[in-house]
Order: sequence, then structure tokens, then C-alpha cells
Amino acid sequence: MPDIPIQEAAYNYAYLDEQTKRMIRRAILKAVAVPGYQVPFGGREMPLPYGWGTGGIQVTAAIIGRDDTLKVIDQGADDTTNAVSIRRFFARVADVATTTRTEEASVIQTRHRVPETPLKEGQILVFQVPIPEPLRMLEPRETETRTLHALSEYGVMQVSLYESIARHGRIAKTYNYPVMVNDRYIMSPSPIPKFDNPKLDRSPALQLYGAGREKRIYAVPPYTPVKSLDFDDHPFEIETWSESCALCGSRESFLDEMIVDDTGKRLFLCSDTDWCQERQGEHQGEQPQEEPAK
Amino acid sequence: MTVRPLLSVRDLTKRFGNRVACRDVAFDLWPGEVLGIVGESGSGKTTLLNCLAGRMTPDTGSVIYDSNASGLVDVHGLSEARRRLLTRTEWGFVNQDAREGLRMGVSAGANIGERLMAIGERHYGEIRRTATDWLGRVEIELDRLDDRPTDFSGGMRQRLQIARNLVSNPWLVFMDEPTGGLDVSVQARILDLLRGLVENLHLSAVLVTHDLGVARLLTHRLMVMQGGRVVEDGLTDQVLDDPQHAYTQMLVSSILPV
Repeated sequence: MPDIPIQEAAYNYAYLDEQTKRMIRRAILKAVAVPGYQVPFGGREMPLPYGWGTGGIQVTAAIIGRDDTLKVIDQGADDTTNAVSIRRFFARVADVATTTRTEEASVIQTRHRVPETPLKEGQILVFQVPIPEPLRMLEPRETETRTLHALSEYGVMQVSLYESIARHGRIAKTYNYPVMVNDRYIMSPSPIPKFDNPKLDRSPALQLYGAGREKRIYAVPPYTPVKSLDFDDHPFEIETWSESCALCGSRESFLDEMIVDDTGKRLFLCSDTDWCQERQGEHQGEQPQEEPAK
Repeated sequence: MTVRPLLSVRDLTKRFGNRVACRDVAFDLWPGEVLGIVGESGSGKTTLLNCLAGRMTPDTGSVIYDSNASGLVDVHGLSEARRRLLTRTEWGFVNQDAREGLRMGVSAGANIGERLMAIGERHYGEIRRTATDWLGRVEIELDRLDDRPTDFSGGMRQRLQIARNLVSNPWLVFMDEPTGGLDVSVQARILDLLRGLVENLHLSAVLVTHDLGVARLLTHRLMVMQGGRVVEDGLTDQVLDDPQHAYTQMLVSSILPV
């Protein structure tokens, strides 16, 4: 792809015009000031379909600058279509450096995962959110859900967890697991696995959530308490695996299960590709690399 | 110590445009009392009930409630947050159509437990125990705890709705035709149940009905409404056995003899 200098391009820096970016920044400031509260914003048409990250892209476009380093992940991987396209998009329209390494990134746009490498102060995590309203499946009326948030009336959320235990013997929700932010608002953490929920709690990094279709932005500022909902006698638990990653041997990361041949052979791999590669690098020379199971 | 009325209604008027749904209604409801509101369709019974229960705002007049937690409160002067808290802790509301009062998509246990969870109960086993207890008190088989109300009969749904309302030990329950649309044997069972519950829990209740038989069985005092006005009120037996107003006489004489 030929590099077109930004100055000669037909687009403004970072694709959106300056007025739009200011509007989005105002929404972000409000969202940071009221952690977990969904701020409406004037979402724009983006050059990709709804559901592919239009909300996240708009947030990233509003906050990114030339000295930023961007990392984009999709389901933990840096090399999937969505991640590659969005990374390339910003490399072109915002002239930013890109990386796959979590440590080096200043802005990380993500879909479905929080990186395994602990985040630091100064980093910003931008989530792509399909359905920002955690109460949507329980209460279809928008006027009513807003009232419930305003009055902090969250009995119905607990009802859904009760129902899950009554039917499955445990809280069966595994992703998009509802959280209470700063003891005030119930928030959808976007469809990350509940494995990642504890990483949101008092994270040193700023978390921004953008929902393009529903035109909502919300945020969790650094070091804000984020509690996963549960019952006293059915506490919140994260997923565990009896296997370890077939490539790096990790036992503490979120593992994807893959079927590798037509006889149903299974393999477990780290979902976070950067984490996995870092570990493979560290382990080289220490022990012979295990061949992927045949 | 003098007894104060639990609910005190003065000059309550509600208009819909030029139409007056209820006009200058005033009464006191005393602790432990069951007040019936009777009248034909369109006489303003349900509108009055909704105004009392804070679901509609009257145009004029006041509804003062003697709250257990916070003393005398003006129901319509409260903030929305406090009014909603009041309605889900100290009050209950039984709809005619159980589907409006229940969550049809979740199990009976969750329906009963919702109020407990809304006021902060976070122990699953405890909620389940209370729900089971209430299921028994409204005479639903205990093994239906995890079934959804969609699988229940009309009578069971109505009993479930009653349990869902009473689980927070309310002081005052509003009932809008609780036995409307049910067949007579089921009606009889629910009336029996309600009478027992009101007696045992020392509930006060405002009951709207067009069925004078239900009114005679459940209520202590009766208000007869016609065209938005209260035309007669008094002790239930007195009103039904010796009606003074022409409209009440007509109502009483319209009961079909069996």
C-alpha cells in the first residue's frame, strides 16, 4: 500500500473532522467524570459496518495523536482481519506508529479481550461495544432502563443471575458479565470473557467504551472499583482450564480451544497472541519447544 | 396513643382532558382495614386506585401516607426515587391481569425474590428459602418453584402475583379486580387465601371490584362510585343490605341470584 502523506490526503487527521472529534471528546470527558454512565454522542458513519468496531474507532480517532503508539486486538489476536484493518486504517489516516506489543502501546483498541500483560498508568484501553445497555435483555424500554440507572434500581439484574443459578446450578453467564462501577452504575463490560473482569477492577489504565450503533460512550477512570455482580453464597468465579497453552505452556492466560484435524484432536492456545509470543521468546533455549500435538 | 389513619385522601380529582375520571374523593383508611371501591365500568375506580398508589398524578388533592419508615408522607410530593422505594417495600399492587404484575420470562422463585433482591438481599439460598415459604403460603406446589409463570394456570399466576407482592411484608396493598377473569371455584380459593393473609398479616388494603360478592367477603368498608363521584360509603354490610342511594340500590338489585 503506497503511503500517502497526511497533508495531501482528502481526509482530516484521524479521519473525523475536528468538530466531530471535539464532540466525542466532550462525551468522553463526561463519561470519565461519571464512571459507568452511558453518555449519548452523535455517532458518525464510519467506513466499516456497524458491529465491526465503529464505536471504538470513533473513540480512538478522537483521542489519538501523532506521538501515540497503537495496538489493535480482536479476540486477543493482533493478526485477525478486524485488527489488521483497523490498525492499518489508523496508520494511514493518523500517521501513528503501530505495535503488537502491549507494553509499548499507548492506545489499545480491543474487541472481546483485555490483554494478559498488566496495563500501566498512561495507557488507554478502547473497547468496541455492541450493546451498551446491560439491562437491555431484561427491560426492553429505553425510558425504563434510564430510570432504573438514575434511581440505582438494580433488582432486575440480580433476578437474571438468580434465574441462571436456578436453571444451571451456577451463574452460567461467561461473557459480558455485568459489573458495578464505583458502587453506582451497573455497566456492560462489552463481550469480554468474565475471565477478564478482575482486570478491570482498579486498573491503572483508562478504559473507554464506544458503542457505534447505539451511539453511547462510557468510561472507567484509572483505579476505579469495578465489582462483578454475584450472590454471597455463589461468589463470582473466573474460568479455569486443566490444560496449558500448547505453544507457550501458559497456565494463567485465557485459552482458546481449537480442533486441529478431522478426528477431533484438540489443542489449547493462548487467546492473547502477544502474550503467547513473548512467553515463547522467553522460554527459547531454556527447554526444547514442544511440537504442536499431531 | 391515638391511632392515625394509614392513608388519608383529600379532595382528589383527576381529569383526562375535559373528562373527569374522579372528582373530590376523600376518605381515611385505618390500619388493618380493607376498603372496597365498587361501581360499574368507567366509574373511575381504577383511576382512583392508580392515583392512590402513586401510579398516576391527580390534578388536585392530596394522598398522605403514614409511612412506617419515615412518618407522614405526601405520596405525590415525594421524589420519584422515594416513591418507587415506598411502592416496593411498604406497598403492594395486585393487578387484574397477572401478566402485568409478573415477569413472565423468569421462574416463580425469581418472581417472588425480586423485591428482596431489589432491597439488597444477596444470599441465593436465603432468597430461595423465603420464596419456597411464600409459595407454600399461597398454596402452590413447592416443586413449581423453578417453573415459569407461563406454565401456570390463571389462578396460580394470580396467587404467585400475590406472593410476589407480600414477600416484602407490606403494610398496604392495592388490588385491582384480583379475581376478575377467573372461574368461580378459583375465585373462591383466592378470596379465601386473601382473607386469611389480610387477617394474619394485619394488612390494610384498598380493593377495587365490580363484584359485590367479592366486596362482601373481603372488605370492611365500601365506597360506591358513579361517574367519578363517591355516591355512598359506609360499612360493607350496611351498604349492601340497606343501600340508600338509588345507584347503589340498582347495583345491589343487579346481583344475579344463584
